[in-house]
Amino acid sequence: MATMTHKKDPLVRIARRETMPKWQSLLIRIGSVVAALLLAGLIVFLLTGVNPIDVYSSMLKGAFGSSEKNFARNTWITVRDTMMLLCIAVGLAPAFKMRFWNIGAEGQVLVGGIATAACMIYLKSLPPWLLFICMIGASLLAGAVWGLLPAVFKAKWDTNETLFTLMMNYVALQLTCFFVAKWEHPAGSNKVGVINQGATAKEGWFPAIFGQEYMLNVIIVMTITVGMFFYLKYSKQGYEIAVIGDSPNTARYAGIPVDKVIIRTMLISGAICGLAGFVTVSGSAHTISTSTAGGKGFTAIIVAWLSKFNTFIMIGVALLLTVFDKGAIQVATDCGISKDMSNMITGIILFFIIGSEFFINYRMIFRKKAKEATA
Amino acid sequence: MFLENNTAVSMRHITKAFGTKVVANKDVSLDIERGEILALLGENGSGKTTLMNMLSGIYHQDSGQIFVDGREVHITSPKDAYDLGIGMIHQHFKLVDVLTATENVALGMDKKTAKNNREIAKAIEEICEKYGFDVDPKQKVYNMTVSQKQTLEIVKTLYRGANILILDEPTAVLTPQETDKLFAVLRNMKADGKSIIIITHKLNEVLAISDRVSILRKGEYIGTVLTAEASVQSLTDMMVGQKVELDIDRPEVDNSVKRLSISHLTCLDKYGVKALDDVSFDAYGGEILGVAGISGSGQKQLLEAIAGLQRAEGGSSVKYYDPESGEEHELIGKSVTEIKNMGVALSFVPEDRLGMGLVGTMGMTDNMMLRSYRNGKNIFADRKAPRNLAIKVKDELEVLTPSIQTPVRRLSGGNVQKVLVGREIACEPTVLMAAYAVRGLDINTSYTIYRLLNEQKQMGVAVIYVGEDLDVLLALCDRIAVLCDGKLNGVLDGRTATKEEVGMLMTHLKEGNDDGNDDA
Repeated sequence: MATMTHKKDPLVRIARRETMPKWQSLLIRIGSVVAALLLAGLIVFLLTGVNPIDVYSSMLKGAFGSSEKNFARNTWITVRDTMMLLCIAVGLAPAFKMRFWNIGAEGQVLVGGIATAACMIYLKSLPPWLLFICMIGASLLAGAVWGLLPAVFKAKWDTNETLFTLMMNYVALQLTCFFVAKWEHPAGSNKVGVINQGATAKEGWFPAIFGQEYMLNVIIVMTITVGMFFYLKYSKQGYEIAVIGDSPNTARYAGIPVDKVIIRTMLISGAICGLAGFVTVSGSAHTISTSTAGGKGFTAIIVAWLSKFNTFIMIGVALLLTVFDKGAIQVATDCGISKDMSNMITGIILFFIIGSEFFINYRMIFRKKAKEATA
Repeated sequence: MFLENNTAVSMRHITKAFGTKVVANKDVSLDIERGEILALLGENGSGKTTLMNMLSGIYHQDSGQIFVDGREVHITSPKDAYDLGIGMIHQHFKLVDVLTATENVALGMDKKTAKNNREIAKAIEEICEKYGFDVDPKQKVYNMTVSQKQTLEIVKTLYRGANILILDEPTAVLTPQETDKLFAVLRNMKADGKSIIIITHKLNEVLAISDRVSILRKGEYIGTVLTAEASVQSLTDMMVGQKVELDIDRPEVDNSVKRLSISHLTCLDKYGVKALDDVSFDAYGGEILGVAGISGSGQKQLLEAIAGLQRAEGGSSVKYYDPESGEEHELIGKSVTEIKNMGVALSFVPEDRLGMGLVGTMGMTDNMMLRSYRNGKNIFADRKAPRNLAIKVKDELEVLTPSIQTPVRRLSGGNVQKVLVGREIACEPTVLMAAYAVRGLDINTSYTIYRLLNEQKQMGVAVIYVGEDLDVLLALCDRIAVLCDGKLNGVLDGRTATKEEVGMLMTHLKEGNDDGNDDA
């Protein structure tokens, strides 16, 4: 026999894991965060010479306040921003679970915000309860329309929803510019300013509950979060969404009306994102601007993915990302290093969390071991 | 002998296995002469494409040698193959839709040999003129018909200097007229001294175009014959082999009642070509009707049309006779849900188990729900009944799974099939359709499936079993409907039919077969 070409086995082979106990995968996830904090600390120290412990502690200060006096205030702001992010992520959950890449949360939040602001400006003479119903209805409707358009095109003509929803963001952004110019106050400022402030009775502002300004934000968002959890996990519609997400062919085989479910799910997804616009405009910003969504529509995508569309896990992830964000600003002022440095730390930690999925789903077989295994 | 001057390629003792179980090619030796058309013939899964993929650098053999022009070569990539003048035209074209013909030809050329588009366009026109192709260099691929795309693939391969062309089932996507055109250019290429290997399972085409035929069966090389000396019968015999006696039960049919009446069923595939052409037959409760045919002869469309998943052309009809009320229902034009709501208990085990029959990421319980989740008015789905069903299926069919929550895609093929068949049978069907129900399963699981089908038959269910293993079809089925090229080429009695008869009907359309013959 002549020589045969024999390629050497690769050094490491990667094989899918069968299953892993829950505690073990949890341990890997926690381990990845710890490893990320250590590595990030090392990089911070090597690059800037700043003690990484100082960096981390000022991060916490940024999120939760540096003294007892501003602890409550800072913490509530962190909670408020967490709720906003969570609300969008919860809105994205059904769409993503259906493998419908809704990249348009940013736009859906903005149009929801515009609708809310419009109600606050034009309908402020209504009794508060009616005003609130109008604001909620208008923001839900606006977001739903923004979700409906790409869904109809996807269902009827199989257009690419990623591009479509992304483009809808720009339409929403331009609309916002238009309304900012229209509602400009004071004139020439190119800002809407705080709506219904001062002499008026703060019509359309969230009332304080238990003396807490942002309590209503928490109540609304948590209700949606819990509701979405049960909707996705236990309802018939949630089941249809999951089947379509895994295999549209199987869905058709089972007689699930795929087009109808796509449209219905995007109405829900868009509406909840629109409601996030209501929560932020009526519940915290009390104004509308092109930065009302502020990139949270995109950050929420990370939240939804990291939580694997489990809305309860989203609470934790949204909090984590918000804390990092708030901390970043504090680090910049406290340690005299750029804000980008803390963004870098956030990046490293996210990378490790996502990377840990690899070790949960796969195992590595080294060459020597593989031989023994087959022997 | 094999190193004589006229041999272009010689493959010696080629063996290729996938994993430890599947041996795709076992000790295959094959010669291709210069200036000849060699047909590579074999049933589905006989290893034809795998063998040619090794020649074109997609796979590498586990053992064995390849000689090109008498020199031993090691082909480790498609580029190696091109350098040796070997080019393959795959079943699924490798073209970029948004580029023009010229740009597609230019793709993948390295910098040294790259020319500008005008030169390439000129070269394309020269090739077209020489062999009689018809390609517009400026046309975008997405505007091309399937036949034009195929032509472009061949031109691309020739432009790269291929002397040995491999065509994988080139006629599968062509109309008869286009096939004639293709054969004409293949003959021109042969006259020019090119060697052509055509992978096929259509006997009439083998006889029409090739000089020699090499036959593979179940991965093994059976032999090579001169086409001039071969007949449809002799080739069929080599292709299907001797009948193997299987110990499969076949209970006698009693009280068979007409359950489905299919008449003039015509369906188009995604290219708009007739996949099913005016097919008519009846299926009876209490019998297993086998459907035989080379893969892609319309089996998929037949089952999906009955199930309400495939659009049928005008004039098609599928009548269902309700066993209890005796009422007649037309199924064509109804959706899956409408069929179900009419009280038609239709169960379907599709070919693509995880891609169509089941949801891979879900556990057994959630997969059991697929058929029943709509039950009840509650907006929340009932999981209790599906869970009990999952436990029952797991116990009765001995499904090996860590738990009924484990995603079914993690299970082995046999266990996946048990989950699917178990669910479909649990629906208490009156019609049970199963496509390739034992494909890839071990012997024991296969026998479990046969037993389940027989049980259903004895309960009066009309079972339609689409299969590929003729030995199994002949041992299990009461009647066998044979499809060929989308037409019903005959219905045989499973107890008296021979393997050769079925093989003939599968590969060779009967003269004047225009309307299906539905007597057994």
